[in-house]
Amino acid sequence: MSDPIVELQNVTKKYILGSNEIYALNKVTLSINKGDFATIMGPSGSGKSTLLNMVGCLDLPTEGIVKINGIDISTLDDDELTAIRRNNIGFIFQQFNLIQALTAIENVEMPMIFNNAPADLRREKALLMFARANLEPEYADHKPNELSGGQQQRVAIARALANDPPIILADEPTGNLDTKTGKSVMDLLSDLNAKGTTVIVVTHDQKLAEYSNMNIRLRDGEVCHGPG
Amino acid sequence: MDLAKSLRSNMYVELARRNLTRHTVRTALAAIGIIIGVIAISSMGILGNSLKLSVSESLGDVGNELIVYPAYGEETITEKQLGQLEKVSGVEYVIPVLASTGKVEYKGEATYGNIYGIEKDNVLQLVEVEDGKIFRAGSSDCVVGANLVKHFGIKVGGKITLKDSQFRVVGILGEAGFGFGISPDQAVFISPQAYEKIYEDQADGYNNVIMKVKSVDDVEIVKTAIEDRLNKREEVVHVLATNSILDSIDDIFNSISLFLMGIGSISLLVAGVSILNVMLMSTMERTKEIGIMKAVGASRKDVLKMFMLEALFLGIAASLIGGVLSLGGGFVVNILILKESSYFFAPSNFLYIIAGVLFGIVTSLVGGMYPAWKAANMRPLDALRYE
Repeated sequence: MSDPIVELQNVTKKYILGSNEIYALNKVTLSINKGDFATIMGPSGSGKSTLLNMVGCLDLPTEGIVKINGIDISTLDDDELTAIRRNNIGFIFQQFNLIQALTAIENVEMPMIFNNAPADLRREKALLMFARANLEPEYADHKPNELSGGQQQRVAIARALANDPPIILADEPTGNLDTKTGKSVMDLLSDLNAKGTTVIVVTHDQKLAEYSNMNIRLRDGEVCHGPG
Repeated sequence: MDLAKSLRSNMYVELARRNLTRHTVRTALAAIGIIIGVIAISSMGILGNSLKLSVSESLGDVGNELIVYPAYGEETITEKQLGQLEKVSGVEYVIPVLASTGKVEYKGEATYGNIYGIEKDNVLQLVEVEDGKIFRAGSSDCVVGANLVKHFGIKVGGKITLKDSQFRVVGILGEAGFGFGISPDQAVFISPQAYEKIYEDQADGYNNVIMKVKSVDDVEIVKTAIEDRLNKREEVVHVLATNSILDSIDDIFNSISLFLMGIGSISLLVAGVSILNVMLMSTMERTKEIGIMKAVGASRKDVLKMFMLEALFLGIAASLIGGVLSLGGGFVVNILILKESSYFFAPSNFLYIIAGVLFGIVTSLVGGMYPAWKAANMRPLDALRYE
């Protein structure tokens, strides 16, 4: 019994470059079920980032339908897309993308602020997320630049979890980490997936596919079926 | 303390504070612009207001006088017209004035002064004798205005000469300032009988008539009553209401204040542009940060709020500093230009400081609006990709 949380139907993303039309995605149809651990792979320029942005409601398709948690996002305006992101999606970026002016714990609180969570609950929950991301609470008041890469990525994961999103989107989450730290981050994502969160990882690292139960390969904006 | 704590727990506020202190020098420079603007507006307003206060003070309590002059083409106010004027109701007193300008000599020195022939009781209604007493009716005594006294060093009992006639100075007037109808400081007052003796060639009748209306509110009514009564067939008198002069002087000084503040506001305008510039720079620099915030769920409103708060805090802090400094600025300007500080402490001056502070805050908000709007409407994807 499939229970799709992300559905793409004939999704096309077209850019006009001079007189050329460039298809970043071309008639992509796929669905990812609740509880899946999906990896999206492919060489650079294959459209995997575009696909991730589409699922993350950061970008809209030129044609086709994208449904997140059953909602068709193609007709939504900026604020509605923001609300979908806030409630459904936790982002993890290759460069961690923490706000430098905020402490580690405040970075984790931030999505809850945008969700109007009360102040006392925020701090409590942020510390809980800290623990779930295997971070020592003593780092809570450190600024991002005082933390190691692995620690920063854990803060970013804690931030992604803050509003209890059903989907975690990770764009090359291990790209800036050494192998050992990278593995611990992937173990953490795997652990979260085991607890029910849908995880979608974009990567070109073949090894990460081992964590997934679903591997989507892209080439020239199209989904390749079968190996390669 | 509770306020500080609740401010600290509001992350928008805290974030605005941290972002402002992140670039201390840049923030300080933008703030200096606003500070200067606020000082300029407030000090200029205070200067204009103090000018007005100093002029209206020297004009004194002349608000409910009417001066009746012969109309153009008429030489004097006749006895008959005076009789008609005395019949107008609502009038406290009617003082006919004989006036001319002439040479005043004292111990061989000479200068020009105003010579008035006015009944002694009437003189006392118009001016105050500071030293000595008023002349007796019909005598060859006189009282002398403050400027002439200062000029000659006249003492009570001294003798002055007007048109070859000697007058004994029996009284010296206090300083009266500028007046309508008569100018007492540069004047010699003598009895009308004595006046007619030395100016026997002057036409019959009075040069003007000073009337005091019982209530300031009735000035217009009395003025109209006079005009109706005397100018029935042709215009023989011209009535000047001193309060209308005061009103127009008020208007003039309000315009001067406004003009001075306008000059001051140019510097505030420049400050607004520098806020715009600084905030634009900071939105550009923080493009990626804005992208991240939007990705993790910040709505346009949230981003707008963040940047407007920064502009607001900068505006409030700088404007308050400017307001405090304009206390000093206004004081210095008053001393430099009016050579006097007492007008500075008038309560109305503080309104100009409040106005300056409000203008400062509004300018900062206006300057911050476009950058904040720009930040709020960045597309998250473009912002995230920005390096």
